[in-house]
Amino acid sequence: MSYVRLTNVTKRFGRVTAVNSLNLAIEKGECFSMLGPSGCGKTTTLRMVAGFEDLDEGEIRVGGRLLSSRTRNFYLPPEKRDFGMVFQAFAVWPHLSVYENVAFPLRIRKLSAAEIAARTQDALTSTNLLKSAQDSPENLSGGGKQRVALARALAINPDVMLLDEPLSSLDPHLREEMRFEIKDLQRKYGFSIIYVTHDQSEAMALSDRILVMKQGVVQQIDSPLNIYNKPANKFVFSFIGLHNFLSVNPLPDGTASLDGQRPLPEALAPPGELRDAGPLSLATRPSEIDFSTEGHFTATVTRKSFLGEIVDYQLTAGGQELRIQKNRRVPGPEVGETCGVLLLKPYWFGENA
Amino acid sequence: MSALAKKNDLDAAHFILGLSIAILVIVVAVPVLLIFLNAFWAEGKFNIVDVFAVLREPDTYQALLNSLIIASGTTLGSTVVGTFFAWLVTRTDLPFKKFMRGMFLVPFMLPSFIGALAWKMLLSPRAGYINRLFMDVFGLEAPVFNIYSYLGIVAVEVMYLFPFVFIQVCGALERMDPTLEEAARISGAGLFTITRRITIPLVLPSILSGALLIMLYSMAHFGTVAVLGIENGIYNIPTLIYERIHQSAGSFASIRTGTVLASVLVISAAFIIWLQGKVLGRGRYQIIAGKSFRPVELKLRALRWPMLGFCVLYIGVTIVLPTAVIFLVGGLKTYGLPFVSENLSLANYKFILFEYQVTKDAILNSVTLGLAAAFITMFAGVMISYVIVKMKVRGKGFLEFLGMLPFSVPGSVIALGVILAWSGKYGVNLYNTVWIILVAYIARYMAFSLKANSAALEQVHDSLMEAARACGAGMWQTLRDIVLPLVRPGMLAAFFLIFLPSLRELTVSIMLYAPTTRTIGVAIYTLNEDGETVFSAALAGIALLLIITGQTIINRVSAKYQG
Repeated sequence: MSYVRLTNVTKRFGRVTAVNSLNLAIEKGECFSMLGPSGCGKTTTLRMVAGFEDLDEGEIRVGGRLLSSRTRNFYLPPEKRDFGMVFQAFAVWPHLSVYENVAFPLRIRKLSAAEIAARTQDALTSTNLLKSAQDSPENLSGGGKQRVALARALAINPDVMLLDEPLSSLDPHLREEMRFEIKDLQRKYGFSIIYVTHDQSEAMALSDRILVMKQGVVQQIDSPLNIYNKPANKFVFSFIGLHNFLSVNPLPDGTASLDGQRPLPEALAPPGELRDAGPLSLATRPSEIDFSTEGHFTATVTRKSFLGEIVDYQLTAGGQELRIQKNRRVPGPEVGETCGVLLLKPYWFGENA
Repeated sequence: MSALAKKNDLDAAHFILGLSIAILVIVVAVPVLLIFLNAFWAEGKFNIVDVFAVLREPDTYQALLNSLIIASGTTLGSTVVGTFFAWLVTRTDLPFKKFMRGMFLVPFMLPSFIGALAWKMLLSPRAGYINRLFMDVFGLEAPVFNIYSYLGIVAVEVMYLFPFVFIQVCGALERMDPTLEEAARISGAGLFTITRRITIPLVLPSILSGALLIMLYSMAHFGTVAVLGIENGIYNIPTLIYERIHQSAGSFASIRTGTVLASVLVISAAFIIWLQGKVLGRGRYQIIAGKSFRPVELKLRALRWPMLGFCVLYIGVTIVLPTAVIFLVGGLKTYGLPFVSENLSLANYKFILFEYQVTKDAILNSVTLGLAAAFITMFAGVMISYVIVKMKVRGKGFLEFLGMLPFSVPGSVIALGVILAWSGKYGVNLYNTVWIILVAYIARYMAFSLKANSAALEQVHDSLMEAARACGAGMWQTLRDIVLPLVRPGMLAAFFLIFLPSLRELTVSIMLYAPTTRTIGVAIYTLNEDGETVFSAALAGIALLLIITGQTIINRVSAKYQG
């Protein structure tokens, strides 16, 4: 029995279906990310779990406790759900000290003074905030404010932590640091995380499993490795990592062609089940292409840029653009040269899938 | 060549700076200085003893106290009313919230002395329509409510001033990041606790800043107290200044009392503005951020429609009723007749628009004065703001200080200062001409122009001007082709911010008018004083129509600029 359970959850805003019959099971102690472009429904889903949005269909349970249910017409307000939550814009209260921010949820629960002091102290220690306990959060940096928000969410020692793009207001170098801090806190306190982000590397680094969403519909739920290596469809492929898409036409003999005339070699033939699907997309990652005299086809270099550790090539093949990235130590062609390219890991998708 | 160009620029910069300083010195600083000089300098030496003697006179002392009582009451009342309605239209599920939000801003348009006039017609102890209705129909012995009282004055001022707080608090509540409240909710706090411990503390700076604005306005407010207070001997600072100057025709003693009182006003105003800066500076929390979802909304449930009813009733009583009374009384043959069709006609309106010389002059004066003042102040304001916001020249600090002055000098002070400066004592005599009113209007409305123009100029990033210079444009060319087109909305806003209020101006013009230089405000006021109530009401009605038309045009224009 999974810990957090969403069954057929649907949410509509007017005529727009923000989340369409979503089924989800998250285990205790798991770090689960929801990934997708803005407006895909990931934040709405999180807000339904938190209780800020009611749902139009389905139900949500956590640890066997019913939180929202359309059929039973039941809705528990957010203040009764006992979650920890961290928001994108920190939402740290500027009129209260760091200490009072963290103590707030405990004071609301009317715990004894001794327990409030102990738990606040503990949360502040875990987030390295002990020194600034009496400061105004206004004087802290973005990272400091987000630590206060984390400490406040930790204070009640929640079973589930909801994180709504918690790192996207931070500087890039801080983001990486905070990722590990969140992970460490999870190890220490053992809560489950539901993490909303549009940053794929963040989701990859943190999560046990990732949900990729588009226009309110689940595209794939899988481990980070499988999301990257076995994308369920063209959207997931394009959303994770850099990508090339070449449109190709299947030929009657089972091969395919880039330009509609010359066929690609047998080694680069579309899989059988896609042969009758009309125009196809041949997808590759720029890092998984080699320059080779025994390449699948030839391409001409139109631009070559040195990016430091890697060199970025722009090529054209059959009138289509192709991007290749190579380590700077790998020798490569110059602008204007034509060379063979070998696709190390080709993926096939229906053109309009 | 380039050294020469640089020298020319520098000369031009100094010329603009000098001109800006000169304008502010002549228009604002000299009158204020003369007031302080007259108050504290007697017979060639500094004299504080006399100042205290003046303040200890029972009349002056009482006026100071009255200003304080009325301003405190008005501030308190407006803050409560304004905050409550702001909360209602932003944080609850009140029906027709958007519409009601607009309705609560309507009192801004209504000049409070016209409101006071209407309430006098409704609630004066003997002749007020409501009081008479109750006495006649229900046989009451005494009037229901006497508007000629502290409570009456405060109530009327609250009705027309509370939007200052309302608009500030509405803005703060709307801009506030909703996750600040959501964070409290997920922490386990209910809506009541959130309102008390998170929302109110976070918007407190806005509430206080609006309250101080009302305090400032009410302390120096002439119209309402003049219409409702004098009858019962209630004077505040501006009405007492007017009374003294008006009755004694400029005797030394009355000027002395006037300047001492005016000094008190200037000092209190400066103190309030300083306090407001403190409050805003300390409380400028960064509470605006993030993607905005709808904020937590309190469900009024069973109270939803009764609350709407209450709002509609409030608007009806404070806006619709007084406006209707003004127009109805303006149509009566004689004041005091019942409102039945045989007593009502458009004759008064025709008379004051086409036949009566006094009102015809007043309308013409107000419109030309308003246009001239708006035009001059708009251009002066854009130049001064440009120096303050954009230019890097030495001596700017002094101009910044001068630029603060117009904000802290109330209308009655300006009028008195202008009388001291331009009555021939220093070579120029404008007294009893329309020019003295124009000079006073420019001084009075300079603050509006500076505010609108510097806001617009701050939006113009320096790099836009630097780009023009890099393209080879000189300083004047840059101003003409880049800066002026970009700040045009700000200039236009300044123009209307001056033109509309000047149509209904009373405080300054009442001190400066001569028989042929009455303005609309003065004509309404004096007609009412002379017992010509129906003509006064008819002219007030016409003034309201002018203001409403003007406001509608502004809303159209600004909507076009914004979207």
